[in-house]
Amino acid sequence: MSRYSALSVFTNALKGNKSWPRAWRDPEPKPEYDVLIVGAGGHGLATAYYLAKEHGITNVAVVEKGYLGGGNTGRNTTIVRSNYFLPGNTMFYERSMKLWENLSQDLNYNVMFSQRGQYNLLHSPGQIDAARRRGNTMRANGIDAELLSRQQVQRDLPYLDYDNARFPIHGAILQRRAGTARHDAVAWGYARGADRRGVDILQKREVTGFLFDGGKITGVQTNRGDIRAKKVALCVAGHSGHLAKMAGLRLPIESHSLQAFVTEPYKPFIDTVVSYGAGHFYISQSDKGGLVLGGDLDMYNSYAQRGGLPVVEHTLAAAKSLVPGVSRLKLLRHWAGVMDMSMDGSPIITRTPVDGLYFNGGWCYGGFKTIPASGYCFAWTIAKDEPHPDNAAYTLDRFARGGTIDEKGAGPHPNQQ
Amino acid sequence: MIRIHCPICGQRSETEFSYYGDATVKRPDEHETDPALWVDYVFTRDNPRGWHREYWHHVQGCRQWLVLERNTLTHEVSACHLASEASS
Ligand SMILES: Cc1cc2nc3c(=O)[nH]c(=O)nc-3n(C[C@H](O)[C@H](O)[C@H](O)COP(=O)(O)OP(=O)(O)OC[C@H]3O[C@@H](n4cnc5c(N)ncnc54)[C@H](O)[C@@H]3O)c2cc1C
Ligand SMILES: [Zn+2]
Repeated sequence: MSRYSALSVFTNALKGNKSWPRAWRDPEPKPEYDVLIVGAGGHGLATAYYLAKEHGITNVAVVEKGYLGGGNTGRNTTIVRSNYFLPGNTMFYERSMKLWENLSQDLNYNVMFSQRGQYNLLHSPGQIDAARRRGNTMRANGIDAELLSRQQVQRDLPYLDYDNARFPIHGAILQRRAGTARHDAVAWGYARGADRRGVDILQKREVTGFLFDGGKITGVQTNRGDIRAKKVALCVAGHSGHLAKMAGLRLPIESHSLQAFVTEPYKPFIDTVVSYGAGHFYISQSDKGGLVLGGDLDMYNSYAQRGGLPVVEHTLAAAKSLVPGVSRLKLLRHWAGVMDMSMDGSPIITRTPVDGLYFNGGWCYGGFKTIPASGYCFAWTIAKDEPHPDNAAYTLDRFARGGTIDEKGAGPHPNQQ
Repeated sequence: MIRIHCPICGQRSETEFSYYGDATVKRPDEHETDPALWVDYVFTRDNPRGWHREYWHHVQGCRQWLVLERNTLTHEVSACHLASEASS
């Protein structure tokens, strides 16, 4: 398989772009794998990549019921940041940020990571205090954070409504290293990188059950035949509950719909990521010019992969109240993904009580940014049968031990996380 | 848009209601000393793909708590009862 380079782009252009090799194979499954990963989203593919790259485990399959990257990885608003407050989260997200900063080079695939900065707006003195505390925690851990006054925000983001009567903007906390990336490219880059190290990516193959020998999982059943494996790892996001049930496991997770929106393309307008502090709303602009908007969950349990109109209205009202200039833009598309909302808003990356089964999920609103660190730490956990220090807190039994990691302080209500 | 047939107010739009969650979880007896049962009650959910029994509150209507049978794959609602009358 060829390496991508400026020269290869040039020579292939001369040949009419007709002789690019395939980016990954479409193999027949082997009878048995050392590790079988269910779900070819970012997390599954990154896990396969780091199993091969960091641990030399290459007899690996990633089984996907649809096409790779067709789940939440290809549906999200692509915000990448590492501004988490609680121990257990802070350094995990920062590991991800550090991996992002070199990801295109590492994968030899342009994931278009753009560190355009993220502004979290603050609308009350209480929010400013909380942001200062979070910023100090970040800085004490070597992560960049800046607290900005209203005047500084006004200079950087002149298009916001500062004097909204109910939620005036008093300042912002800014992480300059935060930004966005191209979601599809992340899935494709990890897929290509895993494939060229020998990993089999088996698409259009749905896992419908597990094979057991005694109490131990020894493989999966699929709609196109059984595949044996020494270790089985779940990376199925919103379908976590559904698959865990087949293995006899119940989880502290609920599935909910989250929508995203893109407007018609517009001239360069918003050159950063802005998060509203008074409602659940965030906005950025894609390289094609469309404004990318995100909001709240639909709030009720759902596996439907589509959202309802009340949230469309709610999100657009937030957009209009924060950025009045968008009021005449037309929406081009909107869609939804099935989110794995955990009971404390934090993820789970761990071995499970079922012998041979490993679990990765509970990503809530924030699992795109974590794809690199999650893959890295999950591969470590699978290879060594013990967690990496950065995912040591993300166990299933933290809920029983009183070790929940609840950034929002929302309590055990997944739709409030 | 989900429409919910409230036994008191009739068919109303989902925006009048607020969602609470799984109606099958049961609070253990207050004298229960097995922590596993409490952990289950607070944190663990079946999270079914399909029919789900769940609490909704008609907060901008009659303010009654309701129990719905709703399909999480299609959003179809097949039954709606007052929580005070729903068989548990
Ligand atoms: C609208 C929206 C906006 C978001 N915005 C952000 C954001 O700005 N920043 C951020 O960090 N995160 C964001 N997220 C979250 C992020 O997208 C997800 O957490 C992340 O992509 C999850 O990746 P994954 O690999 O776990 O899941 P997915 O990409 O969903 O992959 C899971 C895969 O498992 C497959 N699968 C399921 N069941 C089976 C089966 N039985 N057999 C085989 N395969 C199966 C699915 O088809 C799917 O491809 C957003 C999510 C959504 C929906
Ligand atoms: Zn009513």
